[in-house]
Amino acid sequence: MPGEALKDLADYIVEKLDGDVAGYSFAKDELILHTDPKALSHVLQFLRDNRECQFQILIDITAVDFPERAGRFEVVYNLLSIRQNNRARVKVSVNEDEMVPSVVSLFSTAGWFEREVWDMFGIPFSGNPDLRRILTDYGFEGHPLRKDFPLTGYVEVRYDAEARRVVYEPVSLPQDFRRFDFLSPWEGITDVQLPGDEKAVCPPHGWLPVNKDPAGNGGNGHGA
Amino acid sequence: MALREEIETPDVVVAQETQIRPYTMNFGPQHPAAHGVLRLVLELDGEIVERADPHIGLLHRGTEKLIEYKTYVQALPYFDRLDYVAPMNQEHAFALAVEKLLGITPPVRAQYIRVLFAELGRVLNHILNITTYALDVGAITPALWGFEEREKGMEFYERICGARLHANYFRPGGVHQDMPAGLAEDMLDWCENFPKFLADLETLLTDNRIFKQRTVDIGVVNAEQALDWGFTGPMLRGSGIPWDLRKAQPYDVYEKMDFDIPIAKTGDCYGRYLVRMAEMYESLRIMKQCIEKMPEGDIKMNDYKVSPPPRAEMKSSMEALIHHFKLYTEGYHVPEGETYTAVEAPKGEFGVYLVSDGSNKPYRCRIRAPGFAHLQALDFMSKGHQLADAVAIIGSLDIVFGEIDR
Repeated sequence: MPGEALKDLADYIVEKLDGDVAGYSFAKDELILHTDPKALSHVLQFLRDNRECQFQILIDITAVDFPERAGRFEVVYNLLSIRQNNRARVKVSVNEDEMVPSVVSLFSTAGWFEREVWDMFGIPFSGNPDLRRILTDYGFEGHPLRKDFPLTGYVEVRYDAEARRVVYEPVSLPQDFRRFDFLSPWEGITDVQLPGDEKAVCPPHGWLPVNKDPAGNGGNGHGA
Repeated sequence: MALREEIETPDVVVAQETQIRPYTMNFGPQHPAAHGVLRLVLELDGEIVERADPHIGLLHRGTEKLIEYKTYVQALPYFDRLDYVAPMNQEHAFALAVEKLLGITPPVRAQYIRVLFAELGRVLNHILNITTYALDVGAITPALWGFEEREKGMEFYERICGARLHANYFRPGGVHQDMPAGLAEDMLDWCENFPKFLADLETLLTDNRIFKQRTVDIGVVNAEQALDWGFTGPMLRGSGIPWDLRKAQPYDVYEKMDFDIPIAKTGDCYGRYLVRMAEMYESLRIMKQCIEKMPEGDIKMNDYKVSPPPRAEMKSSMEALIHHFKLYTEGYHVPEGETYTAVEAPKGEFGVYLVSDGSNKPYRCRIRAPGFAHLQALDFMSKGHQLADAVAIIGSLDIVFGEIDR
């Protein structure tokens, strides 16, 4: 259960920011604030400067790709307050063609983190003074951490002895890339009913014989 | 008034001089002081650095993408390959993140072993950093002495997990195997003798005139800038901010440990050196306490859904064999959810942002490497310094490209 203090803080933030924060939630006791791109800078500035919050360190900016959602990308800002010893996470949902305002003017450290998100996901940050690719090769195309980017990539490099330089070629796989489906058929099949499937559904009185064993050990021969 | 006129006249002369064009220089990626594969594009005015633009990614292996295609068990070894100077500290973050999502707590003995080896990793990291840093600024002896001592620490790694570097030892739910007989005694012995080496190392560096000339007042970062640039670990403590996750947000058995957080007030390269030096003494204190207080008991969870059954049991028990098979093919399914879990790695806050969709593979595994934020600040730290000072600053950042490029 999240600490009472953190809950109070979340209520305080939502009240103070009045409409800029769409709401908050907790995941494993960690505070998550939801907002939208327009209010982002204001929210982060408030979180940094407010006396009760003081989230002065922007630990990380990252994104998660959910291709099936309406707002495809979730941009995640991880904040740390060393005065209050708190962490908070600010989330913004954006579509593929949407810009996210840069927060470089608020946190200098945002520069490279935004570059990385741009490089890996292709989310543009408006106002970032230096939005180049950062981790991928010079001249790289595509955004590797998108879910529709294949693990193998599109090009591979090798040294060509004749041309006496490194050449780029389309990836050739001697064996098709395999992805194993680990879903167990007992958990995976939910709509198709095969003969005998009804046995998998727990009867309303439970699996064990009722009221035969006062200790509740059941009669399945294995003990408790 | 007359004086002002006199000053104004030479101004005209200056204007007639040939303007020196800013000189652009490539530093690395094949430079010994670049600490790996850093390519630094420096714009120089004579020998003064005007702009430093680090080009990173030459060691990018797509770790985050690869992890999305691996089970949680298979993902763990990737963490050894991030900061390969202190591999177990990275594993620690991932193990804690998975444990948080699974809602499990490893046995107490496993927690002690983890803390013990995390601190050993910190000592190994700081030895490597300080000695190579000294090498960068012109002292070769610390590196020669330090690597001998470091090798002794690597042997402890080897004895507990079989590998000097790529440990794959901290598992979600505990550690891989128990400490072999005699290891605790040998480590205690090492902890007793190691301060003597540290004292020797300090006589070489702490009061060394050349070392101080190269580091004092170089790359000064004040507390406000340190926060603004997202510094953590010794970089933050070097700027006078007493912040350490081991104290502030303790994990495993750190709250039972008695240790201090050294800080430096100057925020320069020398201050960061002093912090790392003092941290090694504290790490030794923690290691000693771990060995002395370590209880007997399990080293991994007894739940075969998460940790493999003992090999002996698999010879006779069908269920144990099935569990083992399922664990190493399918792996365990982690309930839907997300967490950001961070540990105080030797270089700073190393965090894992793990998003699970309920399957046996992470949906997204974001790795927050401390060196990434630190290297970014190189531009503002080296501005206005000499070219040779940029080398000293890079050394004091303690960067390892395994974690920066991921």
